[in-house]
Amino acid sequence: MAGRSIMGLFKEVDEAVEAADKLIENGMDDFEVLTGSPYPEGAFGEKVANHRLYVWPLVGAALGFSIAILVTAGTQLAYPVVTGGKPILALPPMFIIAYEGTMLGAILSTIIGVIFESRLPRAKMGLYDPRITEGYIGLVVVAPDGEEERVDALFKAANAADVKLEPLSA
Amino acid sequence: MQQRPTLTEIDINRDLLRPTLATPMWFYGLMMFLFLIVAGALGAFAWAINHGTGVYGLNRPVMWGFLLVNFVFWVGISHAGVMLSAILRLANAEWRRPATRAAEVLTVFALGTAALHPLFHLGRPWRIYWSMPPGYDFGRGIWPDIRSPFVWDPTAISTYLTSTALFVGLLLIPDIAVLRDRSSGMMQRVYSMMSLGWRGNTRQWKLQIIAGFLLSALILPVFVSVHSIVSWDFAVQIAVEGWNATIFAPYFVIGAVHSGVAGVITVLALLRWLFKWENYIRDDHFDALARLLIVVAVGWFYFFVIEFMMGFYPNEEPELSLRNLQLTEWPFNAAFIVFALTAFFIPVPLWLFRKVRRNVALMFWTTVMVNIGMWLERFLIIVPSLMRKQVLTFNWGSYNPSPIELILVGGSFAMVFLGVLTFVKFFPIIPLADAKEGAIMATEIRVGKVMVPAAYREE
Repeated sequence: MAGRSIMGLFKEVDEAVEAADKLIENGMDDFEVLTGSPYPEGAFGEKVANHRLYVWPLVGAALGFSIAILVTAGTQLAYPVVTGGKPILALPPMFIIAYEGTMLGAILSTIIGVIFESRLPRAKMGLYDPRITEGYIGLVVVAPDGEEERVDALFKAANAADVKLEPLSA
Repeated sequence: MQQRPTLTEIDINRDLLRPTLATPMWFYGLMMFLFLIVAGALGAFAWAINHGTGVYGLNRPVMWGFLLVNFVFWVGISHAGVMLSAILRLANAEWRRPATRAAEVLTVFALGTAALHPLFHLGRPWRIYWSMPPGYDFGRGIWPDIRSPFVWDPTAISTYLTSTALFVGLLLIPDIAVLRDRSSGMMQRVYSMMSLGWRGNTRQWKLQIIAGFLLSALILPVFVSVHSIVSWDFAVQIAVEGWNATIFAPYFVIGAVHSGVAGVITVLALLRWLFKWENYIRDDHFDALARLLIVVAVGWFYFFVIEFMMGFYPNEEPELSLRNLQLTEWPFNAAFIVFALTAFFIPVPLWLFRKVRRNVALMFWTTVMVNIGMWLERFLIIVPSLMRKQVLTFNWGSYNPSPIELILVGGSFAMVFLGVLTFVKFFPIIPLADAKEGAIMATEIRVGKVMVPAAYREE
């Protein structure tokens, strides 16, 4: 068994940092920090979150461009009226629509990418406390089997305002 | 020295969520008032659908009147909204915090309202899909001409509207989570669903911040393209004097920025008065925005002068007759004087004074003035040009807006304000996370005998 999640809730940043340091000292460096506002990355000694968000707009842009070219070229080829002796495929207006399609593709895929990379949507909230959006800081760690009491004591020693243990699943 | 009050996260939640969680009674009264105006405008639109476009004051050769003027005006307002938000985010300007979402929300509702105007203008609005690539009516032999700017225009506007609305929605998720934690009953369930299970972990915050920058960078080129394309609705028409100008795209873009930044300042002043947010929308925010506006206004004025002067330069009779109409014939001469005074000559010299820039009431009225001027600018571009569209004088025409058009124009203003107020009722219009981050980062340092904010631009 992997163990149970335990959350310490701290009022002050320094208290949360102290608790995080103790978790790292005890070999539990894979913890989650929950805050109500963005803190500089690494402020609590947490692991840096890796992501591949930058790939998303590129893929979306390529897709959007291709669809826009297909739609504009297809539209003109489907109704090939020659006007003023010009070619059927009018490139300058195709570029305008392709530009919008490219940007729309990039933006839509970035938004999907942010949601996906943020691991959202989550059906279950897991360990959480509404006080986090009031300025409290939550440290969530999966305590190894039988270590729950030690983590609890460690959080309380760092002056945790509250400690919550994940309920046992049925 | 700038005064920054010390605010805790509890203070920020309480103050900025007040319109949402403890909505005052006057708020509902104001919404009802605006709703009645909007309902009147929709009634006028229904009347126009029932009786046909003959109820508008349009007639040959002036087939574009107040509705198209208003369309360009609202597209313009919408553009600077996101431009302002994007530029400030990318520049990491500390004073962006209270302005970004207001600018973005104004963009969404102004653009949505603008998008309704072509519908008002159509005799058969249900056939708007004919202008959109997926909806061409091939079955009826409708020729889908992608060479027409009326195809580029809906493509660009729908791209911009979709992008901006999603941008606002994405960056709203952390604030919806705050509402989820503060509300109860049905609204709590709705906010829970909308917050997508947001917890506020490091990964989620990191991606939110990157999303703000990345999407700003992606939306900026869209913003430039959309108002360029709106200008091409006019500029690619070689038959209309005054329209076929190569300068139109940048001239329209910078004009949009001028009116839009002014619109954002107007909205910020209103929000500060209505919700007593002096601690969040401070005098130095107005000061900084006004400085930006001086630069934009001067840039816009330069383009205006060039466009106007180059019209005279060839000394051709059709162009001269148009300029003669704009400058010397009633009521266009009066409109021109009001436009020049309100869009530039009164507000810009006033903004040079620090006391004016930091006076909210003066900033409110000068920015309202700018938008009166910018509305008239669009009117002077569109209507007189069409009145002098034909070379021979017996083909010249006139235009008088009908009451239906006036109701629709008035209704559009109520629609935008109702949209912004509806947003304020359900979501925080000043980003909570941004305000909290600003409060965390604001450290004071001692310089000599005074304490100054370290994370803040000093004057």
